[in-house]
Amino acid sequence: MTTTKAVTKEASSREKPFHIVKRTDMPKWKSWLIRILSVLASLIVCAIIIVAVTGDNPFAVYGTMVKGAVGSARRVWVLLQEVAMLLCVSLAVTPAFKMRFWNIGAEGQVLMGGLGATAVMLLLGHKLPAPVVLVLVIVVSIICGAVWGVIPAVFKAFWNTNETLFTLMMNYIAIQIVSYFTYVWSSNKGNNVINTINTDNHAGWLNLPQSVDQYGYLLNIIIVAVLTVLMYFYLNRSKQGYEIAVVGESINTARYAGINVKKVIIRTMLISGALCGVAGMLLVSGTDHTITPNTAAGRGFTAIMVSWLAKFNPLFMVLTSLLLVFMERGAIEISTVFGLNTSFSEIIAGIIIFFIIGSEFFINYSIKRTHAKEVESK
Amino acid sequence: MENKAAVSFRHITKAFGSKVVANKDVSMDIMSGEILALLGENGSGKTTLMNMLSGIYHQDSGEIFVNGEEAYINSPKDAYALGIGMIHQHFKLVDVFTATENVALGMDKKTTGGAKEIAKAITEICDRYGFDVDPKKKVYNMTVSQKQTLEIVKALYRGANILILDEPTAVLTPQETDKLFAVLRNMKADGKSIIIITHKLNEVLAISDRVAILRKGEYIDSVITSEATVQSLTDMMVGQKVELDIERPEVEDKQLRLTIDHLTCLDKYGVTALDDVSLEAYGGEILGIAGISGSGQKQLLEAVAGLQEAQDGASITYIDPESGAKEELIGKSVTEIKKRGIALSFVPEDRLGMGLVGAMGMSDNMMLRSYEKGHSPFTDRKTPRDLANRVKDELEVVTPGISTPVRKLSGGNVQKVLVGREIASNPTVLMAAYAVRGLDINTSYTIYRLLNEQKKKGVAVIYVGEDLDVLLALCDRIAVLCGGKLNGIVDGRTATKEEVGLMMTNLNTEEKEGE
Repeated sequence: MTTTKAVTKEASSREKPFHIVKRTDMPKWKSWLIRILSVLASLIVCAIIIVAVTGDNPFAVYGTMVKGAVGSARRVWVLLQEVAMLLCVSLAVTPAFKMRFWNIGAEGQVLMGGLGATAVMLLLGHKLPAPVVLVLVIVVSIICGAVWGVIPAVFKAFWNTNETLFTLMMNYIAIQIVSYFTYVWSSNKGNNVINTINTDNHAGWLNLPQSVDQYGYLLNIIIVAVLTVLMYFYLNRSKQGYEIAVVGESINTARYAGINVKKVIIRTMLISGALCGVAGMLLVSGTDHTITPNTAAGRGFTAIMVSWLAKFNPLFMVLTSLLLVFMERGAIEISTVFGLNTSFSEIIAGIIIFFIIGSEFFINYSIKRTHAKEVESK
Repeated sequence: MENKAAVSFRHITKAFGSKVVANKDVSMDIMSGEILALLGENGSGKTTLMNMLSGIYHQDSGEIFVNGEEAYINSPKDAYALGIGMIHQHFKLVDVFTATENVALGMDKKTTGGAKEIAKAITEICDRYGFDVDPKKKVYNMTVSQKQTLEIVKALYRGANILILDEPTAVLTPQETDKLFAVLRNMKADGKSIIIITHKLNEVLAISDRVAILRKGEYIDSVITSEATVQSLTDMMVGQKVELDIERPEVEDKQLRLTIDHLTCLDKYGVTALDDVSLEAYGGEILGIAGISGSGQKQLLEAVAGLQEAQDGASITYIDPESGAKEELIGKSVTEIKKRGIALSFVPEDRLGMGLVGAMGMSDNMMLRSYEKGHSPFTDRKTPRDLANRVKDELEVVTPGISTPVRKLSGGNVQKVLVGREIASNPTVLMAAYAVRGLDINTSYTIYRLLNEQKKKGVAVIYVGEDLDVLLALCDRIAVLCGGKLNGIVDGRTATKEEVGLMMTNLNTEEKEGE
């Protein structure tokens, strides 16, 4: 009991000048204004860094970025195509994340989908009529992606394994499998490259005729646009979407409501994996017409950011994926035009994303001055 | 000593966002050596005010004086340094640590002098105030009451002279409450100031010297306890006259609706939580379930609801009110129970973690138990929206809108949403666990009224409660659980509080031997 009185005196620490208060009632327009202002603020900070580090004119750098992203018709098409691919993977991971199932394995699921498409195109391309091949490409790639997605879900549902590690590890397995088949199927033995498949009859190619679609990206973009709308309604209006939301919020509530949690976990990951399979198919049979272990190109991870930034709303995800792809395309351009290291453009992209994520803090909280009245009167 | 203010609030204002003002220009004093009861309805700002004193929040404007000097309390650490300790409703103890280790946690060895010294100090504090704490006991082996005692000892060890207790009796039996009050009186005699936040007016009258009343964030007045009555305090708290008697309407036609036979359940650790319980529930009556928390109430209700596995040999029979057909509930899942048209409603103890989805609005929560209806793959959005509006109007739910996440509503409003939904499904059997826990007088009486309405409609109501005064006033029969066993059923009209309290803690051994 020696402590009782002793500590009482030394107490009065000094008052902090500010404290943080949670907001509850910000109007929509104001929150968007804050987001836009944060982008502007990030551009100013980037400008200072550009001048300080490289001495280049920041406006020229920004201009180049815009030009790199949308500077020509071809670049606009490439931009839209890249947005569509990233968006497709993002749509795929969203139901899982909304269910609080940490699907870090989209990369592998996309690759497996792509591998399925590749296998059908290579092995059956000249044996079956082209339309049959195309149908098989679609079916097989969806199945491959779904299987890769559902394996960790089954283990999670029945044995409560950790899905984060499980899906992550599945990525490495998928990459190794694809590496193996690029060796087995390589066009010149031993160089590990599969040349463009079926250049003669275009069997299994998912493209509109070149007369309609000069760059070959239009069909991909249309498919992903349709998927976006479908996913929006699936998540927000369907009974299954409702079940996903309840399971994501609380397993206990789901059980109370009579939802079969195991079934929902497995079904949702089937859908998530299947959509990743679609993304893989669009990359292989709609875009590259071949596969490499790098076909997914990290989209499986970037997609997680797209999905979270948009708070799982497929319509907002169009904006967030556009933003990320725009930054990336612009960054590539400035690194070539200004002869800067690619790391530098990544620094700029990083700063801008940091500001955008940081703006959420100011939307959710306000910083108040302590004893504002007294400070003013002095 | 008597006239010195230990804590003085001066013009304290605290707002959350721009709409919700939790405290508005509150000025009041807490004297040294007194027990002050802080009284107010849900959302009246009691806890917010105390959280500012204990350093969890910071006021927007106004000053706090401790022992006559202006205090800047920016963190719980500052509060401790000023001799202010708060015992929260949810204990902040580490389960796998002993009492001594929990007290030592976060403290410097230089000031404590090591485990032995702390154990010695704990024993000293216990002797001084009449506590009973074993310094070597692990927290997970402690009862709720022992954990609470440890929290108080922890605060005292750290030099608390001003002790705040938030709803301390909510989890205690009557006997444990008496013990706590005795200790509080000893502490008061030692010159410590005690602030107790509670809804239970009879306890306010029993323990406090003075009562301070808050209403809608504003300080209303304070009265000397000896000059107050339950009625006068309620009227001050609510701001208008309130009818305080709980109704117990008589229903003549009582039909058997549910039979529970030899029900034995294990908890998640495989320990027997409910031991060979047999019960019957009749339509037109409220069957109360009394018992210390954790005596098997949860397993009993969840077994009926299809959420808890029962051991072999048990049977739960539901009797349909229209056809008289009997349905065995054991072995049926929630979905099967729903599909077979068994009209079972359940208001679980954990409202936001089980009964509702916190992130969803009222409207989406209304369809939680009925979203599957119909063949369309899409959810019907109109019916739940209409129901949400109806519940909002009829039960006077205060919410910015039916799509505002229910997590953002106050406790009383959350419960109205849950009870409203469960009643709307026209149940034959309605189970409610701790339906008024943490609710203010007004909302509690709304809930009692709703349960009585269901009873009058011929519904079999099963009400698990903790407040014996309420159980005795509301229920027709009360089944008392003790350590998972049914220790007898008493008539709510004739039983006394002492009788039930005793049955909750002492298993009737005669019956045990007779088995």
